[in-house]
Amino acid sequence: MTSSVVVLDYGSGNTRSAVRALERAGATVTLTADRTQAMDADGLVVPGVGAFASCVQGVRAVKGHEVIGRRLAGGRPVLGICVGMQILFEHGVEHGVDTPGLDEWPGVVERLDAPVVPHMGWNTVDVPAGTTLFAGVEDERFYFVHSYGVRDWTLRTHGRTREPLVTWSTHGGDRFVAAVENGPLCATQFHPEKSGDAGAALLKNWVDAL
Amino acid sequence: MTLAVRVIPCLDVDDGRVVKGIRFREMRDAGDPVELARVYDAEGADELTFLDISASHEGRSTTMEIVSRTAEQVFIPLTVGGGVGSVEDVHRLLRAGADKVAVNTAAIRRPELVAEIADRFGRQVLVLSVDARRAPGTDSGFEVTTHGGRRSAGLDAVEWARRAAELGAGEILLNAMDADGTRDGFDVDLIRLVRSEVSIPVVASGGAGRVEHFPPAVEAGADAVLAATVFHFGTLRVGEVKRSLADAGHPVRM
Repeated sequence: MTSSVVVLDYGSGNTRSAVRALERAGATVTLTADRTQAMDADGLVVPGVGAFASCVQGVRAVKGHEVIGRRLAGGRPVLGICVGMQILFEHGVEHGVDTPGLDEWPGVVERLDAPVVPHMGWNTVDVPAGTTLFAGVEDERFYFVHSYGVRDWTLRTHGRTREPLVTWSTHGGDRFVAAVENGPLCATQFHPEKSGDAGAALLKNWVDAL
Repeated sequence: MTLAVRVIPCLDVDDGRVVKGIRFREMRDAGDPVELARVYDAEGADELTFLDISASHEGRSTTMEIVSRTAEQVFIPLTVGGGVGSVEDVHRLLRAGADKVAVNTAAIRRPELVAEIADRFGRQVLVLSVDARRAPGTDSGFEVTTHGGRRSAGLDAVEWARRAAELGAGEILLNAMDADGTRDGFDVDLIRLVRSEVSIPVVASGGAGRVEHFPPAVEAGADAVLAATVFHFGTLRVGEVKRSLADAGHPVRM
């Protein structure tokens, strides 16, 4: 049976490619903000482009934060992409304004410290052992476009639960979180739906595990 | 870990059709932008740029359909430019499936447009396209032009790039109008000057004729290289350009 995926529709930019890329990965995809559908789907994708504050506002406006929280409480998969990953952290600082995020993970999203920003283009990633998302594409490049990132991963589980798998990337000497696999909650700073065959393989890994 | 130099083919689209070029072996219809986009994607293009040169309103509507069809079939970033005049135009293109939108003349007429677009959609969607030519007597030696390089806009090109970056542009598409069509190589002086003034990515365009033209553009500071004619007529293939860059020691996505 094919897995069902909802792409959360809260007014974020280009969702067409995400929907199509997930369909190509074998899922039945619906773009909607409907709570029941978003709760019932096998997987929920939270996209996001633009500003941290407006994405948080958009997600909250459709009660997306409640859906995400309830799904995670039940161990049901959620995947955040780009700013959809950033808003999962505790807070974000853009243009000196500190905005609370959805606080699923501790940490702050802040401006990258590199000679050329936005970090725009295809970069390599440093993938930890045991990854599910990157299986078979550990050495590939993925497409990033962002000016902000998470430099410190501060969640410590002290062996109480399985340690989250954090994938890193570096731009202009600045290291930041490129992806997280934390039980039902996964996220990528890059755009798998724009990362050609490597991105397609990653999405298929996620869909196959639903 | 290093960011790869992006190689970007540009397609000139008129009323939904690619302006004349060669028919690649793998294409059924040489005029279909979506087919050409797929060919470039398969060859390893890192992004695609559509430049809409349609004169009519109907032509622009057709472009929207082309953008949608491309976004549904090609999973690499797509930039669309040509005649973008308002925040609403940008919104329509993003909804159709564009990832970035290039703005040129409208931003020269009204620079606040750059800030308006960046505020609404984030600076990463906004590419400022600058058509620059050599102009003795200007501060940098380069001025901004409009109408395909025929008219002076009365702006210093390097100063304009710097100001647009400050207003919120996420990337500069730097078209060297003197070099454009010559196939004599990129204008490395122009690239170097703009690179030293802005901290956003710079895409070099204009003058590519041979594979050995590409590494010097990167060495002058370009983060990406764009070409239309040489790819379109099959003079160069994307893979050859990448190999040439890799041989010169620049990281590329293979």
